[in-house]
Amino acid sequence: MPLSREKKKEMFWIMLLSRRLDERAWVLHRQGKIAFHISGIGQEAAQVGAVYAIEKGKDWLVPYYRDLSMVIAMGMSPSEFVRSLMGKAQEPTSGARQMPSHFSLRQAKVLSHSAPVATQSPHASGIGLGIKMDGGDEVVLTTIGEGSTSQGEWYEAVNFAAIHSLPVVFLVENNRYAISVPHEKQMAVSSAADKACGLGLPGIEVDGTQMFEVYDAVAEAVENARMGKGPSVIEAKMYRLTPHSSDDDDRSYRTREEVEEHKKQDPLILMKKQFIEQGLMTEEEYNDLEDKAKKIVDEAVEEATKAPYPKGKEAATPVYAEEVKND
Amino acid sequence: MTEITMIEAIRQAMDEELARDGSVFVIGEDVGVRGGVFRATQGLFEKYGEDRVIDSPLAELTIVGVGIGAAVYGKRPICEIQFADFIYPAFNQIVSEAAKMYYRSNGQWSVPLVIRAPYGGGIGGGLYHSQSVEAFFTQVPGLKVVIPSNPYDAKGLLKSAVRDPNPVLFFEPKKGYRLIKGEVPEDDKEYTVPIGPAKVTREGRDLTVFAYGMMHHYALQAADTVANEGIDVEVVDLRTLYPVDRETILESVRKTSKALIVYEANLTGGYGAEIAATIAEWGFMNLDAPVRRLAGPDVPAVPFSHPMEEWFMINPEKIADSIRDLAAF
Repeated sequence: MPLSREKKKEMFWIMLLSRRLDERAWVLHRQGKIAFHISGIGQEAAQVGAVYAIEKGKDWLVPYYRDLSMVIAMGMSPSEFVRSLMGKAQEPTSGARQMPSHFSLRQAKVLSHSAPVATQSPHASGIGLGIKMDGGDEVVLTTIGEGSTSQGEWYEAVNFAAIHSLPVVFLVENNRYAISVPHEKQMAVSSAADKACGLGLPGIEVDGTQMFEVYDAVAEAVENARMGKGPSVIEAKMYRLTPHSSDDDDRSYRTREEVEEHKKQDPLILMKKQFIEQGLMTEEEYNDLEDKAKKIVDEAVEEATKAPYPKGKEAATPVYAEEVKND
Repeated sequence: MTEITMIEAIRQAMDEELARDGSVFVIGEDVGVRGGVFRATQGLFEKYGEDRVIDSPLAELTIVGVGIGAAVYGKRPICEIQFADFIYPAFNQIVSEAAKMYYRSNGQWSVPLVIRAPYGGGIGGGLYHSQSVEAFFTQVPGLKVVIPSNPYDAKGLLKSAVRDPNPVLFFEPKKGYRLIKGEVPEDDKEYTVPIGPAKVTREGRDLTVFAYGMMHHYALQAADTVANEGIDVEVVDLRTLYPVDRETILESVRKTSKALIVYEANLTGGYGAEIAATIAEWGFMNLDAPVRRLAGPDVPAVPFSHPMEEWFMINPEKIADSIRDLAAF
């Protein structure tokens, strides 16, 4: 289904807001106000393009830790995200138990994930199995970095989904690096999408800096999955514009020239240019959005700073879905 | 009451739970058409179809990882790992995912999942069809670990496991599958055995043997043997290893003042160490003798050749010897 003008502008807004929020997290870290941040900068076009191809509230999202803009699109507020950065109470993903960016939003069908990579992929297939058993028409979108497709868990998940023709879309966000290790040391193929042919499902490669190309590719895969035609692998190519995390120093493994070169392909800049050229947005409207984003991020930081920490003893629960005495 | 085998009790439990709740399904290697290599799922494929009795690919982490996904979706999967020895590829899914999902999401997502796996030696299975893996999982909060020793408990505990909203590891003593028979209610489809409580299965005054699974079966035999020699042994079947029923353990120690813990896994760092620590920490003033452990030797696993396997395995005679030693202290 073609995207309306309003929908497209909404998508651009999510990209912009997520970027400014992500950048603020880096600033907060450098100011010593938060302990850790892991970034999605450079990946927003692919994330927003993909997440707008599923139906919010109906379909499932099984994300990984760089998917800030996906989760913002699914309804996590900037204030809630900053609370998670600060380990504050009333943080919706884990009650501040997990490190930041380990998302979970039950009401939006966003499944909790962990830090060992690729463990989420079999869960996506399991949800797909449940949907198929019930004859439902929901779809599961699951994401992963290209480095994590080296894990057996990813292959096993894709294999199972292919065998049973499950409604799962496996999106690989290929940002070229797994911490310091480049694509070429992860796989002998030029795209993780090429791995799909060995497992018997379609593999599609797409430019991850182009939001609407990603949207189109994922929307088609989602439609196929919904119609019972089975899963797909989609690789979106992009570039990780930041170090792996706030604890990483990427100068030790890639040149500044390389990073600067890729900053010219920053999806936010490319999308802004495209929106203005296509008359979807004026420069003035863009400036208004920037002002609005700054205000929201400022307020989010202010609110989260004032929010209380959880009490230490809150860590004692909830271990079991039905509490079990084990003292 | 009818007398049935362990394997039949386990099969009945799955059959009845599949019939009771449409969200229950079975997934594992050879569980479908073949009915399981130990025949635990015999007839279920024919009765419930390939959508609810699923032959998985030969990949244990798929079985558990897909099970977790189906569980958060709202199903009640029973995952079969063909031998406990093969559970390690799924270790990450069990420990990092199933055990932590509820806690890490602050109660948003629960994982109602059962993982069944036959464990234990004495069947000529060699290094990789004989292992006892429980201790890897009994230090992981978020999991429950259950090991039945008889058909009544096997059926009742497995039904409880399927109805439990948490991930339950259900280890079955494979040597006892056909060897151990017992009475199970015939008509009462609603009987269950609660996960949690241990059980005093034989009352005695002189010392207590704590055991589970096949070793509990042997402990009862050994207790009968030494009874003829005038040693009055109490036997406690731990049944649920995690969370541990400390009260029943300590109550028995208060009564008998001597404790022998029997398990067939390797001695060092085994589950019995936790029971010994429990008694030492909270039952010390009641003790008349050092706490004793009788367990598998600290070699990597059970060897194949029969004399070597016999050397490794705990049997009723070895348990009776340990009882005599402890009684004489």
